[in-house]
Amino acid sequence: MKSDVKIGLECHAQLLTRSKLFCPCPTDYHNADPNTHVCPICLGLPGALPAVNAMAVRYAIKVALALGCEVQPEIIFYRKNYYYPDLPRGFQITQYDFPIAFNGMVRIESDGGEREIRIRRVHLEEDPGRLIYKGTIDTARHSLVDYNRSGIPLVEIVTEPDLRSPKEARVFLNKLRSILEYLGVFNGDLEGAMRVDANISLAGGERAEVKNISSYKGVERALSFEITRQRNLLRRNLSVKQETRHYDEVRGITISMRTKEFEEDYRYFPEPDLVPIRIAEYVPELKAEIPELPDERRKRFIIQYSITPEHATALTYDKLIADFYEAVASEIDPKLSATWIADVLKGELNYRSITMREAMDRLSPDDFVTILRHLERGVITERGATVVIREILDRGGKPEEIIKRKKLARISSAEMQQAIDAVLNDKENTGAISDYLAGKSEALNFLVGQVMKYTRGRAEPKEVRSMLENALRNASG
Amino acid sequence: MKDITVAEVVAGIKSGDISCEELISGIYERIERSELNCYITLNRDKAIEEAIRVDKNREAYMDKRLLGVPIAIKDSISTAGIQTTCASKILTGYVPPYDATVIEALKREGAIIIGKTNMDEFCMGTSTETSYYGPTLNPHDHTRVPGGSSGGSAAAVSAGEALIALGSDTGGSIRCPASFCGVVGLKPTYGLVSRYGLIAYANSLEQIGPIATNVRDTALLLEVISAKDERDSTQIKIDNNSNSNYVFKTEKNGEDVRGLRIGVCREFLEGVAPEVEESVWHAIYKFEDLGASYEEISLKYLKYALAAYYIIAMSEASSNLARFDGLRYGLRLDMDADWHTTFSRIRGEGFGEEVKRRIILGTYALSVGYYGRYYLKALKIRTLIKREFEAALRAYDILAMPTMPCVAFKLGERIKDPLSLYLADVNTVPVNLAGLPSISVPCGVFNGLPIGLQLVSGQFQEDKIINAAMAYESSFKVFSS
Repeated sequence: MKSDVKIGLECHAQLLTRSKLFCPCPTDYHNADPNTHVCPICLGLPGALPAVNAMAVRYAIKVALALGCEVQPEIIFYRKNYYYPDLPRGFQITQYDFPIAFNGMVRIESDGGEREIRIRRVHLEEDPGRLIYKGTIDTARHSLVDYNRSGIPLVEIVTEPDLRSPKEARVFLNKLRSILEYLGVFNGDLEGAMRVDANISLAGGERAEVKNISSYKGVERALSFEITRQRNLLRRNLSVKQETRHYDEVRGITISMRTKEFEEDYRYFPEPDLVPIRIAEYVPELKAEIPELPDERRKRFIIQYSITPEHATALTYDKLIADFYEAVASEIDPKLSATWIADVLKGELNYRSITMREAMDRLSPDDFVTILRHLERGVITERGATVVIREILDRGGKPEEIIKRKKLARISSAEMQQAIDAVLNDKENTGAISDYLAGKSEALNFLVGQVMKYTRGRAEPKEVRSMLENALRNASG
Repeated sequence: MKDITVAEVVAGIKSGDISCEELISGIYERIERSELNCYITLNRDKAIEEAIRVDKNREAYMDKRLLGVPIAIKDSISTAGIQTTCASKILTGYVPPYDATVIEALKREGAIIIGKTNMDEFCMGTSTETSYYGPTLNPHDHTRVPGGSSGGSAAAVSAGEALIALGSDTGGSIRCPASFCGVVGLKPTYGLVSRYGLIAYANSLEQIGPIATNVRDTALLLEVISAKDERDSTQIKIDNNSNSNYVFKTEKNGEDVRGLRIGVCREFLEGVAPEVEESVWHAIYKFEDLGASYEEISLKYLKYALAAYYIIAMSEASSNLARFDGLRYGLRLDMDADWHTTFSRIRGEGFGEEVKRRIILGTYALSVGYYGRYYLKALKIRTLIKREFEAALRAYDILAMPTMPCVAFKLGERIKDPLSLYLADVNTVPVNLAGLPSISVPCGVFNGLPIGLQLVSGQFQEDKIINAAMAYESSFKVFSS
């Protein structure tokens, strides 16, 4: 399908350096009291000077390389001048001309197959502080400022307007997150770790920029709202103005902030307190440090483990899940492992809204190997295996102990025969039995269910079904 | 006070012949009696406490090069625990939580901070008249300006209200007041001294530098403050041992200027007052007598220097001063309004007229559509001037010229006419554009007012101008008592 929608994203990702971009303050501010991770430099006190954190530059170069960009030989930092209370110097140190890199590309899986999204540029900049409102932004009497975030290194990744739908934008962001996490320079689980400005236009209209969307879901919703808003304007022959809009996360709508005539003039000029940095020499060394990335890993999984492309995609998106899978697949049949991790485990994680990182506090690859080994050997049923996984995720514990405590061990054939006899002899079931014998095959499902109930799930439904069929055939014959 | 050197004071304190406490108390008594208004903030209690400690434990401090030396610090340099205002209302009450790198170095060497000296607000001026705390008077004539912007530091040293001082020089702010007050002032090569802690006016031009009554003390203070500092990325990292041991080097060279080649640039003598020109020529002839030679030269891009300087300085200033919004420190107003109203009112009330003028002009020069026409063009001029100086300094060891085109002018005489004030910087500003070291030494007196000789050398060749200035100084006493 041809789309008339053009979307470009500016993604700001926090880099996981130990100290801030221009000062030695620690970056682990997420659970800290306000204004405790600050110093004269990130507070912009008079006379304090920035000094570039070399690790942040290295991380940004790695990001650029992973996105297939052309890394520039020399970088320069610029001042972007504007007044805002979260900006302690009255300017942000960012890049303008001479950024880290230009011209990269990211592949995404879209409804129409694989698509290539071009990356326009990658640059480094500092995060401003954070405004905190007591109550909501509308009702608060005062706003408070927390400068703990001030100076956290951000890598900004700007795409060309190659995305064609809100869903593609979300898929792209997921892919980007995946790549950054593989590089070990980013943790998407941290609050506010990725913030996005989205540019969107429809054929026949100007583009609107939606600023500072702070969740992946928010990007998709904000863009969907914008498409509807812009389409309605065009349908009524009204013009879509070039403007900057704000996304209201709670109400799921975008609101006009300022139109083109009132765009700020940021008066960019080279930061005189910093000197140009030559980075060309670091590129070969950093290139060698780039690990296997999701696309390559996915291809390898399909070949090495003979699993489906869908499973390979699902398993490689999150590096921790991919690592988990490889640990399990080295002990257990890779296809069985793929099903149980990509379908069952990921489903359980989603249901609980927890990440693999969180789950791994309770569930180790060894535990998972144990569970699947018991399943393979017929010690537990598929249902039993699912119960063990759920129990570990919810309350912890070891597989063997849970199987014992919850009596999940599969029952013997003698016990099974006994259960079938009991169900068939139960007067309550006489109706169902005669229905089945009269040709209503659906009635068998009811009887299988009764046996499962009798065995408290410790029987394999497929096996129950065939044993019931035999028994009933004998009974009628 | 005037005739005693730092080395003598330090030796006296170390031997016990001089009581540090008496020395420091004496300074404060002089300040109290003075009507010059050299200081914005005094550090009396802590300084005297420190002096007593020095007297008690002097044996433990034998390695300290500035032990007990009373020093004045320009109020543009951050001092932990001592109010630092840049002579602006907007920073009234601001007490930095940290020391500038140069202050750390001074403390390491045992210097005692007397107080923070008056200056033009945010270093923007040539007369110390734009200070929110009122003007400083010239010690040689109380109806005249001390020069600026480091007017308080130069006047304090000249009047014995400190033995030595730190100033900062963006376009002449150390050399101009040194010239007007009859003391020695040195602006180091850009990138020699750490700017960490110096409240920025124009980052790409300015340096912290020493002011003293004689060249040797100036050199010693420069040695102390030119330590390497990772916190200033624009500091040019050189091997300090071989390059900045100025006192040692000069002593070894024995103040010998035989064979020294001096360039005298005609453009620097244009529009200069006759008494100043005469004095400077006498100084050059004195160098000839001492065995140096001179030639007249011409630098054709100099005529663009002032324009380029003011565009660059104001552009950088417009951005540097954006942080003063009253939110985190400094001036607060008792008002309940939204963010834009609040910071606009605070800036409106907190900045003086000259500061506002420069912020507005700088903002204009950096705006879309003007950036290329003004800022970028100014940067190109700067490169041309730099190259021209470099070429001249390959042919000559040093350049000599008047520091200021005139002697100290009357208070209030020029303050209403900003352009005439800007023009007074015509001989100092090009040196900042080129990032070169230069020194101003007294070379004459006219109607009781000092005249300054400026010497300029190549990048990191501070030793050349120090050596020449020392040779000149020992052969010619301006203020022989």
